[in-house]
Amino acid sequence: MDQFTLNLLFVGASFALYIGIAVWARAGSTSEFYAAGRGVHPVTNGMATAADWMSAASFISMAGLIAFTGYDNSSFLMGWTGGYVLLALLLAPYLRKFGKFTVSEFIGDRFYSKTARMVAVICLLVASITYVIGQMQGVGIAFGRFLEIDAFWGLLLGSCVVFAYAVFGGMKGVTYTQVAQYCVLIMAYTIPAVFISLQLTGTPIPAFGLFSETVDAEGVKSGVYLLTKLDQIVTDLGFASYTEAHKDNLNMVLFTLSLMIGTAGLPHVIMRFFTVPRVSDARWSAGWTLVFIALLYLTAPAVGAMARLNITDLMWPNGTNGEAVSVETIESDARYDWMATWQKTGLLDWEDKNGDGKIQYYNDKSDAMAERAAANGWEGNELTKFNRDILVLANPEIANLPGWVIGLVAAGGLAAALSTAAGLLLAISSAISHDLLKGQLTPNMSEKSELLAARISMAAAIVVAVILGLNPPGFAAQTVALAFGLAAASIFPALMMGIFSKRVNNVGAVSGMLAGLIFTLVYIFLHKGWFFIPDTNSFVDSADGALLGIQSTAIGAVGAAINFAVAYAVSMSTKDTPQDIQDLVESVRVPAGAGGAVDH
Amino acid sequence: MADQSPQTKTDQDGAGYWSANIRLIVISLIIWALVSFGFGILLRPMLAGVAVGGTDLGFWFAQQGSIIVFLLLIFFYAWRMNKIDKDFGVEE
Repeated sequence: MDQFTLNLLFVGASFALYIGIAVWARAGSTSEFYAAGRGVHPVTNGMATAADWMSAASFISMAGLIAFTGYDNSSFLMGWTGGYVLLALLLAPYLRKFGKFTVSEFIGDRFYSKTARMVAVICLLVASITYVIGQMQGVGIAFGRFLEIDAFWGLLLGSCVVFAYAVFGGMKGVTYTQVAQYCVLIMAYTIPAVFISLQLTGTPIPAFGLFSETVDAEGVKSGVYLLTKLDQIVTDLGFASYTEAHKDNLNMVLFTLSLMIGTAGLPHVIMRFFTVPRVSDARWSAGWTLVFIALLYLTAPAVGAMARLNITDLMWPNGTNGEAVSVETIESDARYDWMATWQKTGLLDWEDKNGDGKIQYYNDKSDAMAERAAANGWEGNELTKFNRDILVLANPEIANLPGWVIGLVAAGGLAAALSTAAGLLLAISSAISHDLLKGQLTPNMSEKSELLAARISMAAAIVVAVILGLNPPGFAAQTVALAFGLAAASIFPALMMGIFSKRVNNVGAVSGMLAGLIFTLVYIFLHKGWFFIPDTNSFVDSADGALLGIQSTAIGAVGAAINFAVAYAVSMSTKDTPQDIQDLVESVRVPAGAGGAVDH
Repeated sequence: MADQSPQTKTDQDGAGYWSANIRLIVISLIIWALVSFGFGILLRPMLAGVAVGGTDLGFWFAQQGSIIVFLLLIFFYAWRMNKIDKDFGVEE
């Protein structure tokens, strides 16, 4: 059976499973549509939240970013897991006690203001839609690569599948579908990593393999640690060392903090904690979610480091001081087949610039390499293009693993992108139908027409995401950074102050959210271009060129600080919160008396 | 952001429960920041002497250690809070 058929088989079988579950668990009432009737066990909920959370960015993109930068991109690992500590300690149990369906309902009630609720809805919509665009891009690339079709058709096919189970299943369908998706994606991520870790270090657990000695083909220990070897070969080729820090502390700290706060402020993750039966379960649920996320996140740095080692070995089969791989070998040797396959996507390319029949892969911007290049007649790096996002998908091929592993990774990558897209669409549809229509515009709406509105807005959101996904406002990572920055700067501070301070009032919360949101948006636009239109930026997006010396990806943390400061200052100079709101805060703080969710 | 509203007995009980919670949160967040921003980034040069599998302890904290500590923290908090809930009689 050829690879194409295998991929099709794995992707097809996993889809049949998800759709089957969605149909089996079709939602009936609005309560079930949003929150699965609150009958979801913490472990199940944790698994589903993990699938919801781990998107194309975590599965497809993150290990590649770490592989080519090393230590500096540890921010992704700490940021996207550390946010769960904030969520578990500062938000989840109290929001569950509050017992409403959506995040903006809490903000509207706690700050006794329709304006506050509206501002929250706007923040949620902007953050969720920008995030879902990134997922749709991931869906398109993954479908395109593995089904060997154009990315455009991949995107359309993917959006139909997301639509089918998100619209017809609601949260309950999504919850159980996402449990299945978690299982598929975690297997797809860890199985190839285990194989590769065994090959390179003889250790079956990749997380341990990363810090182990390398072994030769017979499994004899070489006495050299994997990371030492990696540092050696990358610096031999003029690249920055893998384990050392090259980024300034300020940007690294703020970037990590932005990702953490953003994690705790993203509506589709917070919504998950409304679906557990009790307040204590909300606390446990955050822990279980992180257990399931950590399985991937502890493996990811190993995947990155090992892939970097494998790629360098393939390009320099005789060692970094020997002869580079020849063009003939790349074209004829089966171990290099993946290069030709990925070349077709335009994401990988090479060119024999000096015509010596070999492909020299090195850092041609390094001064130290200039001498060696001149001595050997090299005319620049000849592995001209290696898109970081292909690394995880190409990894099993690079390591020469069996065909079924490649098919499994295809299914896993799609599971990651699709599950997050579905969760985000649910957050979007509930924001529109529940908060905007029922809460503001047409309060007398029947349950049936609310459900219909939720489904229509979900469909509309998919259409918007597909259109923007066809012509994305930049790379997926930039789009995702905007979503995180916005969530961090707007939603999280409002939620936290709503619980931890009785003094912050309606005016304070609204001014805080607006200040945080606008500051972050404008700062990002100043560095990435207005509405991401190229060349409309005023500053270069690097630590040296940026307005405040802070990169736009790290600015969300500053936006959050501004939100806190403004909200507090404004509240102190305006009227105190009414007694019934102080009582509400008091009741949210204690678990006793938490019932089922109540609707308006 | 401390709030005082000591009027009735239930309020005082509530305040005791809440300050116990806040104390636990503060301790947990200090550990949270120490392992990630501290050991993983800012204090990494201080830990450079401790070798871990081909690199130093700071690298380990940045790529694995902090995640493991985060996990332990959340479960520790959930366990402690459920106990505090019972001590103050405010459990569900």
